[in-house]
Amino acid sequence: MNQTLKQSWQSVWIHALVWVFVIFSIYPILQIIGISLRPGDQLYSTSLSLIPDNWTAEAYKIIIFEKPFPLWLRNSLLVSLSTALIGVSLASLGGYALSRFKFLGRGVALQGIMMTQMFPATMLLLPLYVLMRKFHLVDTLAGVVVAYVATALPFCIWTMKGYYDTIPVDLEEAALIDGAGRLTAFYKITLPLSAPALVITALFSFMTGWSEFIVARVMLPSSELATLPLGLESLASTYQTEWANYAAGSVLVCIPVVVLFLLLSKFLVSGLTLGGVKG
Amino acid sequence: MSTQTKHNQYALIFIGPAMLVLLVVIAYPFFYNIYMSMTNWNMYHFRNPEFIGLKHYARLFTEPDIFKIFGKTLAWTAINLVFHFILGLSAALLLNNKIKARPIYRALLILPWAMPQYISALTWRGMFNLEYGSVNLLLAKIGIEPIGWFSSEFWAFLAPSITNIWLGFPFIMVIALGGLQSIPEELYEAARIDGAGAWRRFRSITLPMLKPVPTPALVLGTIWTFNNLNVIWLVTNQGMPADKTHILVTYVYKAAFTYYRYGYAAAFSVLIFLILLLIVKLYRKAGAGEIS
Repeated sequence: MNQTLKQSWQSVWIHALVWVFVIFSIYPILQIIGISLRPGDQLYSTSLSLIPDNWTAEAYKIIIFEKPFPLWLRNSLLVSLSTALIGVSLASLGGYALSRFKFLGRGVALQGIMMTQMFPATMLLLPLYVLMRKFHLVDTLAGVVVAYVATALPFCIWTMKGYYDTIPVDLEEAALIDGAGRLTAFYKITLPLSAPALVITALFSFMTGWSEFIVARVMLPSSELATLPLGLESLASTYQTEWANYAAGSVLVCIPVVVLFLLLSKFLVSGLTLGGVKG
Repeated sequence: MSTQTKHNQYALIFIGPAMLVLLVVIAYPFFYNIYMSMTNWNMYHFRNPEFIGLKHYARLFTEPDIFKIFGKTLAWTAINLVFHFILGLSAALLLNNKIKARPIYRALLILPWAMPQYISALTWRGMFNLEYGSVNLLLAKIGIEPIGWFSSEFWAFLAPSITNIWLGFPFIMVIALGGLQSIPEELYEAARIDGAGAWRRFRSITLPMLKPVPTPALVLGTIWTFNNLNVIWLVTNQGMPADKTHILVTYVYKAAFTYYRYGYAAAFSVLIFLILLLIVKLYRKAGAGEIS
């Protein structure tokens, strides 16, 4: 009896503490939803209620029908999906080599991948711009896709390598003995087992394209090619900042990534080994 | 064919494409940047930059604020990491209990990570507004005078720190949760039978078993925080008040893209890279961040 009482008290405490975390996590998100629902005369309001009085979906109507939001969305989807597709392909192959083969220059490759993370953004931005101009890739979506793939790759290769390390090699060796080639063994056995890591790699590459702002601002000057971050920023930096419209746009931008994260949160925990668990 | 040659060949097929992209998009710009750092490329010599050797590098150390900015960068990195780990680990330990609706709580706590950084940063900037921001309004509710978040150096440093702590703890939480779930339940059972209390189980099983998990996260977290341009830039609106909130990366970003001092910014970037390289070396000496 005493034991169960103690346990239920413990459970109350745990729930209370979890709720402190939950409030901290979601308050800013509720805040932005609240702003997006404010009518025009309440943009500067000192009320703390999350849903404003006389709330309205006017801002959403404006952003979807009167602003070039569909165009930004199209550009962002093209960029992010291409980044995810190319990123996953390259990282799943590259991580495999690092995990399974003791090749010449493996150590250098691992060190190099780590080093790429240490370059400050400013270090690569200008040279990259100069390079892209040489290849006529400035002001093309392909140009930013190349940049994003390279940004996302190191972390993705790492994630894949770390996950492959936890899969026993015996499985592939059995297939090799049965006469399958290396590529077949990889494709038929290891790859399907690596679903959680593949999902993370795809998510991470997609997110890189979906939320990147600094490279895009330099590489995509023309407004027909603006991605969502550029479009939203243009709303936030006009003379009369269109706060409600900006907030509505932000909510729309967040919905897909939030839904993805929620659906995939199980995979996040199992797939993100980061090479910490040595196999 | 020897196994070694075979391994080399396979490796080339598998990792070749990725390496090609990294070489062209990251390695080439890296070396080009080193070349740039030795020219006087700026607004006045935009079309005709000249080679000036190591002049920029020599100038870096005579910059009056550089040591202060460096100190601030270290403080920024340390504060963020400490809180990321404390909050991330606590959240993971809480969620590792068998509680109702655990997947829902986990999802809600991951949300700050899911939001695009620029949106979070701009939202927090609004929340730190003197008159209309909800942070001050909430403080007023408990009787605290409104804080001018962007009018003093101290508060303007704290505001982006809070934002970044909010942004970053879910990453550590997720990594720690993965580590916690890989600890076999039998260990706890055995300890319970031996009469070990909750604290004892935590100290003797959870902590030691969790130890190898966060080391790569620590190294990566250090690098990412040290190099985080978005949060300070956006929350303090490019370094308010009066460029007093800069860390190294935001300072150099301003030099490059607001003042067009390209050559100087290139040299500064090399310095930042070297500092990070040194920090990672130190970690490795201390036994963390070994990558195999």
